[in-house]
Amino acid sequence: MLAATLAPFVLGVCAPMVRRVAGDYTGWVLAVLPAALTLYFVQFLGPVAAGDTLSFSTEWIPSLGIALSFYVDGLSLLFALLISFIGTFIVLYAGAYLKGHADLGRFMMFLLMFMGSMLGLVLSDNVVTLFVFWELTSINSFLLIGFNHDKSRSRRAALQALVVTGGGGLALLAGLLLMAQAGGAMELSILLADGDVLREHPWYLAILILVLCGAFTKSAQVPFHFWLPNAMEAPTPVSAYLHSATMVKAGVYLLARMNPGLGGTEIWHVVLMFFGGATLIAGAILALRNTDLKLMLAQTTVASLGLLVFLIGIGEPLAIQAAMAYLFAHSMFKGALFMVAGSVDHGTGTRDLHRLSGLGRIMPFTAAAGGLAALSMSGLPPFFGFIAKEWVYKGTLDGSLPLVLTAVAITGNALMFAVAFLVGFKPFFGRPGDTPQKPHEGSLGLWIGALTLAVLGLFFGLFSNLSESLFVGPAAIAVAGKAMTVDLYLWGGFKAPVVASIITVSIGALLFWQGRRASDALARLIDPIWGPDKGYDQFMDALIALARGVSGVLQTGILRRYMLITFLVLATAVVLPQLFDGIGVTFQTPPIDLLVWSVALLTLGGGLAVVIIRSRLIAIMSMGIMGIGVAFVFLLFGAPDLAFTQLMVETLSVVILALVITRLPVFGSDHRGPVQITRDATIAVAVGGALAALLLTIVGSPLDIGLSTYFGERSYTEAFGRNIVNVILVDFRALDTLGEIAVVTIAGVSVLAIYAITESVRGDKSADSDAEKTP
Amino acid sequence: METILAILVGFLFAISVYLLLSGSLIRLILGVFVLGNATHLLIFVSGRLTRESPPLIDKGLKIAEVGIANPLPQALILTAIVISFSLFAFLLVLSRRAYRTLDTVDTDEMRIAEPEPDTQPMRGRDV
Repeated sequence: MLAATLAPFVLGVCAPMVRRVAGDYTGWVLAVLPAALTLYFVQFLGPVAAGDTLSFSTEWIPSLGIALSFYVDGLSLLFALLISFIGTFIVLYAGAYLKGHADLGRFMMFLLMFMGSMLGLVLSDNVVTLFVFWELTSINSFLLIGFNHDKSRSRRAALQALVVTGGGGLALLAGLLLMAQAGGAMELSILLADGDVLREHPWYLAILILVLCGAFTKSAQVPFHFWLPNAMEAPTPVSAYLHSATMVKAGVYLLARMNPGLGGTEIWHVVLMFFGGATLIAGAILALRNTDLKLMLAQTTVASLGLLVFLIGIGEPLAIQAAMAYLFAHSMFKGALFMVAGSVDHGTGTRDLHRLSGLGRIMPFTAAAGGLAALSMSGLPPFFGFIAKEWVYKGTLDGSLPLVLTAVAITGNALMFAVAFLVGFKPFFGRPGDTPQKPHEGSLGLWIGALTLAVLGLFFGLFSNLSESLFVGPAAIAVAGKAMTVDLYLWGGFKAPVVASIITVSIGALLFWQGRRASDALARLIDPIWGPDKGYDQFMDALIALARGVSGVLQTGILRRYMLITFLVLATAVVLPQLFDGIGVTFQTPPIDLLVWSVALLTLGGGLAVVIIRSRLIAIMSMGIMGIGVAFVFLLFGAPDLAFTQLMVETLSVVILALVITRLPVFGSDHRGPVQITRDATIAVAVGGALAALLLTIVGSPLDIGLSTYFGERSYTEAFGRNIVNVILVDFRALDTLGEIAVVTIAGVSVLAIYAITESVRGDKSADSDAEKTP
Repeated sequence: METILAILVGFLFAISVYLLLSGSLIRLILGVFVLGNATHLLIFVSGRLTRESPPLIDKGLKIAEVGIANPLPQALILTAIVISFSLFAFLLVLSRRAYRTLDTVDTDEMRIAEPEPDTQPMRGRDV
């Protein structure tokens, strides 16, 4: 199972090489892998249909409870089969669609990696693994949408998709981790086995909101629906794969997966039904408003995703069956229609609905695929789409539910009916239209996938017991988390769902007949309205403005400002924990020790003099006094080595400082104004006070002298030295000392280098200006 | 005893911060110098103070006596003193060089690396 998930990644990396060898046959060569994966997953159909579930696990980061664990049940198997099966045809299609494109190898790499990510996502059992694959799909989708990276619209769409889905992904991560904490397990199969633990946990609401954020952004639910149509900037194979059958369904998958654990509560029903319903209507209306084939399909995808979320939100057994049936049907007809739209674009050079007509004779296979898929999408018998739609109505008409749900479903479906006919039939009938290119049928790779998927839509409708027992039934049971009887059939007598279907078809046909007028009317109505796509731009602009504001305050380019902020943060960081933990300062009255007092006062006096004195030389001398004071402290408290070094360094520093500082302009008084002085002094006192308090706290708390004792015991016995400090430096910590010597050497060389440059600069300058500045 | 020195350390830090914030290159140098000394004392005091018994092992003994000064902070400070001296020397030469090139000792006016922001930053969106 791990190998099956990782294989697309491995092949993906090799794809550019395969391209070099296989040339125009790249698609056919690479499609072998997804085809093999399909066969691999098909072998699970039997056991899963019989009610078994399979787990595979490989350790990854055992210390954190993260494992590469995979779980196969009806739901994940349905998705895995759709991904690998449709993926096979998409790879073929991409090979034909981008034939001769310079970057076909790279494109295939992204596509295959995406396939692997998606397989990993639907098969993952571990929440962290799930998240990793989730993010991988976002990243690969970014790369695929931005494939035409020389177009600014593509770049914007790619970034937008990444920002929206990636942001949702972060929320999902938080939600998943909270869930793992609340349920006490990292494996979904364990977490979801007893859903009441999660539903009754106090974090339930937080978990739900975070998980929904992830699912809604990924599956383009209102108000995040805007990124999906924009993602149509991608080459059509991407749209057909990511934006119909797979990636956008990841959110739906997540909701379906979580249903046994998070579903069933009031808020779950209300939120999912509301947002799903709103998305259904919004998507369907926007679909009819557009005239670009791909955009229309993208908007109907949004609508379909809304319908799926809506059905999962209802949560009754029939609704869940409807969701799985519709998902299955949708993957087939939408994948096919996207490929048809791409082929039409490829063959004629346009996707504008108004310019396309009469292509049926020239592109017979594409036309056949488009027609069959459209019939399934519009939900006419005996296609599988009909069964799916019937079940949608069965689900919404389920006894106690309000009729408004059925009304929402009818509205959405009627709009989609009209779009299906517009996309699947209109381009192929009537008089030949005026297209930029002379229309021609595409190669085998361009229509085989669409035709196969479209025919399957008919096949599974006719053999409904097959789809019921192998796909929809096991998936619905996995989603519900409990056993149920699933019985799909084409004709169940003249009952309420059939009536609803007839209403749908009538409205849909009317809309199709008046397609152009309806579209124009909607355009007039919708276009001026503020939409979230504009909102996205405003949000990004606001973000940039905020960033500019923040960096304007923090990154002024003024050294003083940087230090001000740094010290302010330092003081706060030191003081705050002490305030929260209670001040641990133990303030003992110091014993009267004249020697210590006078040394301390000497040091302090030297330091204060540096601040106050205006004369350069006296300031330097005061500094020396302070340094000598510190040396005395070392001497008093048993550190003769330190005192000795300190004295030497102080002396050297004072000498060098005197040499350099006399070459700098007049020292003079502090040029700070009273406001500035007050501010700086306040910060200075805050930092000093904070550090003094910290030190007092440290001194007041117990000291671990383990290391010092260690050195004391081994200094002579192991290193044969009686001066412990020296032994530490040259023996125990010899490498540190070597590093220190290196630092001093580098500093010395740099000093020399800079000094040499400075002197040469001075040599270039005229002597009089130099004299002016060094009084 | 630690109390006096802890307060002294606080004062030294305050002095150094005040000098560092002044915006004059010369005071900045002095501030760095004071900062080094304050930090050394901070480490020294946090290792506790012991009067007049250096961390040496007496002749005839193999293991250090109990009650001698803590050797560990001393070793750290010894390294620190030398490093801060290198830093100080480097800073001095650098300041001199900066003054030569830029003709000012006011750090506010040194804006070669980060000039006044006059151009708008790159925008994430180019549509």
